[in-house]
Amino acid sequence: MSGVPMVRIQREDFDVAAEIARLTQGRADIGAVVSFQGLCRDEEGQLSALELEHYPGMAEAEIGRIAAEAIARWPLQGLTVIHRHGKIAPGENIVLVVAASAHRLAAFEAANFLMDYLKSRAPFWKKEHRADGTDGGWVEAKQADDEAAARWKARPE
Amino acid sequence: MTTRLIYFAWVRERIGKPEEDVELPAGIETVADLLRWLKSRGEEYEHALQYPDVIRVAINQEHVEHREKVAGAREIALFPPMTGG
Repeated sequence: MSGVPMVRIQREDFDVAAEIARLTQGRADIGAVVSFQGLCRDEEGQLSALELEHYPGMAEAEIGRIAAEAIARWPLQGLTVIHRHGKIAPGENIVLVVAASAHRLAAFEAANFLMDYLKSRAPFWKKEHRADGTDGGWVEAKQADDEAAARWKARPE
Repeated sequence: MTTRLIYFAWVRERIGKPEEDVELPAGIETVADLLRWLKSRGEEYEHALQYPDVIRVAINQEHVEHREKVAGAREIALFPPMTGG
């Protein structure tokens, strides 16, 4: 991929269409764009908000390292990762990955890889605020997320 | 040498501060040594580091294993498993 991936850690929301357009505008070599958008769910009405804490500096650095690995593994024409922090209400965006490539397989796989690695290696922590006003505590890491990340290691290069 | 320790999420809440500067005593060679020493510094540390195996550690903003050497570390961060994405 020519150029560096765009990695942004921000409190404010993002515009998915604008981010896709930023990667594809003025180019004729991109044949596939895969975007993944992660949102805050309300857990069937139980949740009023998620509070996302992050490690400033390392969050950018670690996502940059994950993005660089994706670029080394797949022939990508463009890559954008945006992760929000702060208080996020149900229905709002949390994370965005956009991968652009000549063909769909690389774009699908790179986006999938990015999300699996973000879940288990990006320094972010979610705290729940419950709809009844109580503190729901810190979200526990899922074994399934570690396993999802590990499967990329087991694959033959 | 002074080392900055940074805490996140429930590690931060249990220790009761987001960061502190410490002089590491002689004999602290690895991350595992550091966790053992910190745990002995008081009730709040004992509470935060009760199960050291679950604590994730970054040195100078990069993930490391508990067997990693701490010599030369400017910034060591301790935190629970991550839940972003």
